[in-house]
Amino acid sequence: MWARAVWLAFRSGLGGCQAFSTKANFQGSGPITVEVIEHLERLALVDFGSREAVARLEKAIAFADRLRAVDTDGVEPMESVLEDRCLYLRSDKVAEGNCAEELLQNSHQVVEEYFVAPPGNISLPTLGEQERTLPTQLSSYSGKGVSCEHMKAQ
Amino acid sequence: MLGRTLREVSVALKQGQITPTELCRKCLSVIQKTKFLNAYITVSYEVALKQAEESEKRYKKGQSLGELDGIPVAVKDNFSTAGIETTCASNMLKGYIPPFNATVVQKLLDQGAVLMGKTNLDEFAMGSGSTDGAFGPVKNPWSYSKQYREQRRLRSPGERRGADEDWLIAGGSSGGSAAAVAAATCFAALGSDTGGSTRNPAAHCGLVGFKPSYGLVSRYGLIPLVNSMDVPGILTRCVDDAAAVLGVLAGHDPKDSTTVQDPVKPFVLPSLTDVSKLCVGIPKEYLVPELSSEVRSLWSKAAGLFESAGAKVIDVSLPHTSYSIVCYHVLCTSEVASNMARFDGLEYGHRCDINESTEAMYAATRREGFNDVVRGRILSGNFFLLKENYENYFIKAQKVRRLIANDFVNVFNSGVDVVLTPTTLSEAVPFLEFIKEDNRTRSAQDDIFTQAANMAGVPAVSVPAGLSPQGLPIGLQFIAPAFGDQKLLTVAKWFEKQIQFPVTQLQELTEDCPSGFENDNSASVFLKQC
Repeated sequence: MWARAVWLAFRSGLGGCQAFSTKANFQGSGPITVEVIEHLERLALVDFGSREAVARLEKAIAFADRLRAVDTDGVEPMESVLEDRCLYLRSDKVAEGNCAEELLQNSHQVVEEYFVAPPGNISLPTLGEQERTLPTQLSSYSGKGVSCEHMKAQ
Repeated sequence: MLGRTLREVSVALKQGQITPTELCRKCLSVIQKTKFLNAYITVSYEVALKQAEESEKRYKKGQSLGELDGIPVAVKDNFSTAGIETTCASNMLKGYIPPFNATVVQKLLDQGAVLMGKTNLDEFAMGSGSTDGAFGPVKNPWSYSKQYREQRRLRSPGERRGADEDWLIAGGSSGGSAAAVAAATCFAALGSDTGGSTRNPAAHCGLVGFKPSYGLVSRYGLIPLVNSMDVPGILTRCVDDAAAVLGVLAGHDPKDSTTVQDPVKPFVLPSLTDVSKLCVGIPKEYLVPELSSEVRSLWSKAAGLFESAGAKVIDVSLPHTSYSIVCYHVLCTSEVASNMARFDGLEYGHRCDINESTEAMYAATRREGFNDVVRGRILSGNFFLLKENYENYFIKAQKVRRLIANDFVNVFNSGVDVVLTPTTLSEAVPFLEFIKEDNRTRSAQDDIFTQAANMAGVPAVSVPAGLSPQGLPIGLQFIAPAFGDQKLLTVAKWFEKQIQFPVTQLQELTEDCPSGFENDNSASVFLKQC
């Protein structure tokens, strides 16, 4: 959570949905907006965490933009170097399995033969929502709300 | 004994000059003494001794399984090993114990190889220095070689060599495997090669680093980075050893449908005497300004060597070379974004304490489990895969990949048998210098000669070509057409024979450990009888 708190500090300095790029010579489809950052964080379920990380992404994009100089008219995309061969498919017979116990051992939270997950269908709060709810959210991590804590693996 | 090649030791085992358990104990002892290299994440003491005992029983009965029976090997920690922790040098998988063996690991074990342990790497094999793992960086054993330290003393005579500050990187991302073989703790090691991760550390540690053709060796059990480019790599002290290991590992695997079904037989490399029918290509685009003068001169000398032996040496062109690193960057991050999605804390690996929602749990788990490098690549990859960017970045990169693969096809179709290039821009650099640039920049610089072979799926091998004026190894790379692995290794073996890279140097490494840096007389009791 601390990462989000730091993030909010950045935003409060900028004010509103300002474009995040500060490089004057940034070439590409456009500067990285806060919307793109949020979108990427939701898709990847990994956060940037710092301004440096955003700068690194900008550099990565600028680096990738060099591809524009290559003439690829009439060239088909290559997905695999083995595209001229047929993928091997084995016959549909059960060859191995029955290892539920072994697989369950690697998980932190299981109940009988189930992996235990927290409730789904709850979106990650956006940065805007976080701003409003930050104080209460911190307290909710102390155990309030739905918790599967009691369902520990035996 | 420990400085010998795999095949020499195999003969010694057969002849009873040494037993598997003695050999295993010696190697374990060296591992203990070279702990400061941080080459191993997990040392499998009991497993190794047990395997060695079983091998000994087989030798006593005269029923050895083959060349690899009783030979200590090490495996990079991104290969799954049943019952042995597999971490990929990441917090995400700390404590993860796979319930199965990777196919290549199983094949080694089926031949009686003795598993010494799991070696260190960059986190999830992302990097070119083996410096960004959760268990710390790997130190290049050559940092402690007599020659290198002698040179340092000559250049800064007044300097009191107290702290171990100037140690060199081992290269990456299979640096731990390379350090393990170079420090004589094992005779062969498995690495993985996605953009040069086996060849780069091989060049920096004076070893043979072999990347097989894509589809020749099974990837089942190798925790994937880039599915369309990953291959298991082999690190050994000489080309014959690499061929011996390849003979065991190659072949179709029903569990990996990207392995080809062509029949594969183990082979013994012929010893070429006549290279007059050989055509070696030197790609002019590889002569970049950043190439160090030492590497350039060795490259040029090697070309001269082939020419004076009667081979045809010609300039060739791989026109899209300058774009291949960019293309690699896009494709690699895109596939990484997809492959890393499996780490959510639910079924295996690290799990955070947050239980508000699945998304919150996944996000926190992944923030805690991955380091900056991995997260950066995931985010870049997701950017390139966004609907609005897909065509311009991902598809574009796939098209450029075809152009690069075609470059190689065109060169090989024009009568060239192998292409000769440098492996790295320079010899191994000190860690403190290496970390001045970030991981992505370094990877873009260091992978420049090696990743094109991964994009095209062709086999490549780095062979030690000589020592720099500082006393550090420099490797040169040979590239051959797809599934031309045998021919590639044959040429590499011929080259190796001309160069006679000193294997004996390794003895000096193990005799000289930094247990007391104050003065060199403290090269204490250190494996006097090897």
